[in-house]
Amino acid sequence: MALQLITEKWSGEVSVVTIGAANQEGGTRSHAVKIGGEKSLPYLFKEGSLPNKPQIAFEILDIMPSDWPNAVSAPYGKTLNDPLEWADKCVRDYQAGILCVRLLGSHPDFGNKSPEEEAQLIKKLLKKVSVPLVILGSGDDAKDNLVLPAISEAAKGERCLIGSAVQDNYKTIVASVLADGHNIIAESPIDINIAKQLNILISDMGLALERIVMNPTIGALGYGLEYAYSIMERSRLAALAGDKTMASPFICFVGQEAWRAKEAKADDLPDQGIIWETLTATALIQAGADLLVMRHPKAVEKVKEYIDNLFRS
Amino acid sequence: MALSGLDIYKLLPKTNCRECGFATCLAFAMQLAKKAVGIDKCPHLTSEVKGKLEAQSQPPIKLITIGSGETRLEIGNENVMFRHEEKFFRPAGIGFIVEDNSTDAEIKTKIEKINELKFERVGQRLEVNLVAIRQNKDAKRFIDVVQLVSVNTPLSLVLMSPDAQALKGALEILKGRNPLIYHATKENLTALTQLAKDYKVPLVAQGDDLEKVSELTAELSKQGVNDLIIETGKKPISEKVWDLTQIRRLALKKSNRGLGYPSLVVVEQNDVYAEAQEAATYITKYAGIVLLKGIESWAVLSLLTLRQNIYTDPQKPLQIEPKLYPIGQVNDKSPVLVTTNFSLSYYTVLGEVEASKIPAYIISIDTEGMSVLTAWAAEKFTPQKINESINKFGVKDAISHKRLVIPGYVAVMSGELQDESGFEIIVGPKEAAGIPSFLKNL
Repeated sequence: MALQLITEKWSGEVSVVTIGAANQEGGTRSHAVKIGGEKSLPYLFKEGSLPNKPQIAFEILDIMPSDWPNAVSAPYGKTLNDPLEWADKCVRDYQAGILCVRLLGSHPDFGNKSPEEEAQLIKKLLKKVSVPLVILGSGDDAKDNLVLPAISEAAKGERCLIGSAVQDNYKTIVASVLADGHNIIAESPIDINIAKQLNILISDMGLALERIVMNPTIGALGYGLEYAYSIMERSRLAALAGDKTMASPFICFVGQEAWRAKEAKADDLPDQGIIWETLTATALIQAGADLLVMRHPKAVEKVKEYIDNLFRS
Repeated sequence: MALSGLDIYKLLPKTNCRECGFATCLAFAMQLAKKAVGIDKCPHLTSEVKGKLEAQSQPPIKLITIGSGETRLEIGNENVMFRHEEKFFRPAGIGFIVEDNSTDAEIKTKIEKINELKFERVGQRLEVNLVAIRQNKDAKRFIDVVQLVSVNTPLSLVLMSPDAQALKGALEILKGRNPLIYHATKENLTALTQLAKDYKVPLVAQGDDLEKVSELTAELSKQGVNDLIIETGKKPISEKVWDLTQIRRLALKKSNRGLGYPSLVVVEQNDVYAEAQEAATYITKYAGIVLLKGIESWAVLSLLTLRQNIYTDPQKPLQIEPKLYPIGQVNDKSPVLVTTNFSLSYYTVLGEVEASKIPAYIISIDTEGMSVLTAWAAEKFTPQKINESINKFGVKDAISHKRLVIPGYVAVMSGELQDESGFEIIVGPKEAAGIPSFLKNL
């Protein structure tokens, strides 16, 4: 008797989020990046299609990073001083298809740059590079409520991915994103219920679920990775079972977490940090990550190759 | 299909003789259904009934032991598809392939390096499990290399050879080591079945697809070889993930006996990163054994850490004993830092205190393994609880000052804790990474 395999029949699917708008769509980007759309658990192609490869965004800051270990700052050299040059290097030298700029310099403790300054920077950045952008505030709620509307307007029509909306602070940013045609990052603290609740709150304000990307908050390899891994598996199972409010793609801040690990700070052994970032990404891809924000060019290269291999049959 | 307690009861003698230790046959049946006792406790069963009950009492994925003594590897007996459903029980064995066409000196060097692949993280030892010897030359060379490897490592061994003569010679010198034979195929089935039976060792069954491999295991099982491990050959990563997923699903959900064994994957890539990534994928997706070529310690550490993460019990975070820990050459003037008994919190703080080279006490509060913020939110990390611990763990006897450093994230409890304990509360950094500079400026 022929062996009967077990093929799950899923009724739901992950929504597709498009980041970046090209000319014909009212923006100035050279291309758009699509994430999401999975109709099966990670990489079970025989069960359902996974139309979009996970994407990797290079992370850049608007100020010189103060806590990046040598192993990860070395490849960027002097460009770390200048966000425009830094961005350009990622695109030219490392073929970045999407960039993530974190406006840490607007934080009251890290320079307190004004919303106008940050808006100017985003305008210049949009001229300097033509790839789609992910734009993050500094994480200071009060200041983000001033900065994010300003940069949202400055990038109007470019269909950026902007974040982060959190449970206690989402209204201002959702309103801006809605008005200026962007997508939003909904961030929850490794908590599936809050993630769902926040998606509902945001969509209640009129922003389509197809414009939300979830940040489940990850831990690095060895630093709580398994919590995010399981939260992501549970969320994805809910999405595939038909829960539209859980069907947003995931963004994972891999570089930020991996390079905080003690293991990644061994300056005499740069490979240790690079593989820490690489394997953090690998495991999360197997949990359903759609957009990975990463730091080391070599880790990005290795993860890209891995993704290409996953899609090779 | 699993039998219910009542189904089992119908098969029992119903004499309530109590020889099994239970008051009634029904009580015994209920325990059997829960797999809490073995059927051998009942001396009155016919062999037919015994067979039926034995079949049902087997776990869906057989437990397989490779090697012997302290370094033996036990895999199988898994119950779930996703770790959040319960947990993954037996961490995948990690092993390294040694080629018999290398020189003796090269082999010795490699074995020394493999033996040294031991790490400690968050209070747990992380170790590799297996050395696999692969035949590329004649039987004599293979047997010589097996001898060389076996005297130089305590790890469990895998014999990678299609040659029954070579295997026989190797098994002869490995008596008591319980090595794994890799691998039986349709072609060499008869010879390898005999070896596995004669030497009572586990055997890998290989077939390109699940149907072929389950036919093979069924045949082996018929011949009386039941300690089996499944392999489905070299494939692209996502096809391998598909195979591993199907094996686990069919074993758990359809009680497919032919696939009710742990699985083994061989990962061989020249690029260290690519090899680690592929291995990492299979560690997350149900592999029982992963064999690699590369032995770079930085890559192995990251794989062992991933394995530790994935096999952590989601319901029971790693915890340490709550108490006052002296770090370095402490005296009665040393600072006292408060944290939780969640392993990750404690060991992260410990690492930074050690790095600062400033002797200090860490007092770990019993938060049932919750991290600082989670425990605070769940009211397991409260001023009252911290004060109780101060008294219970003899902080006042250890130090002559009255100052306490608390994590930056719980700064809000300073006032209440000060009132409660009578200690001066100093708010420390939010992240452990800030501890060295904080301690230097204290």
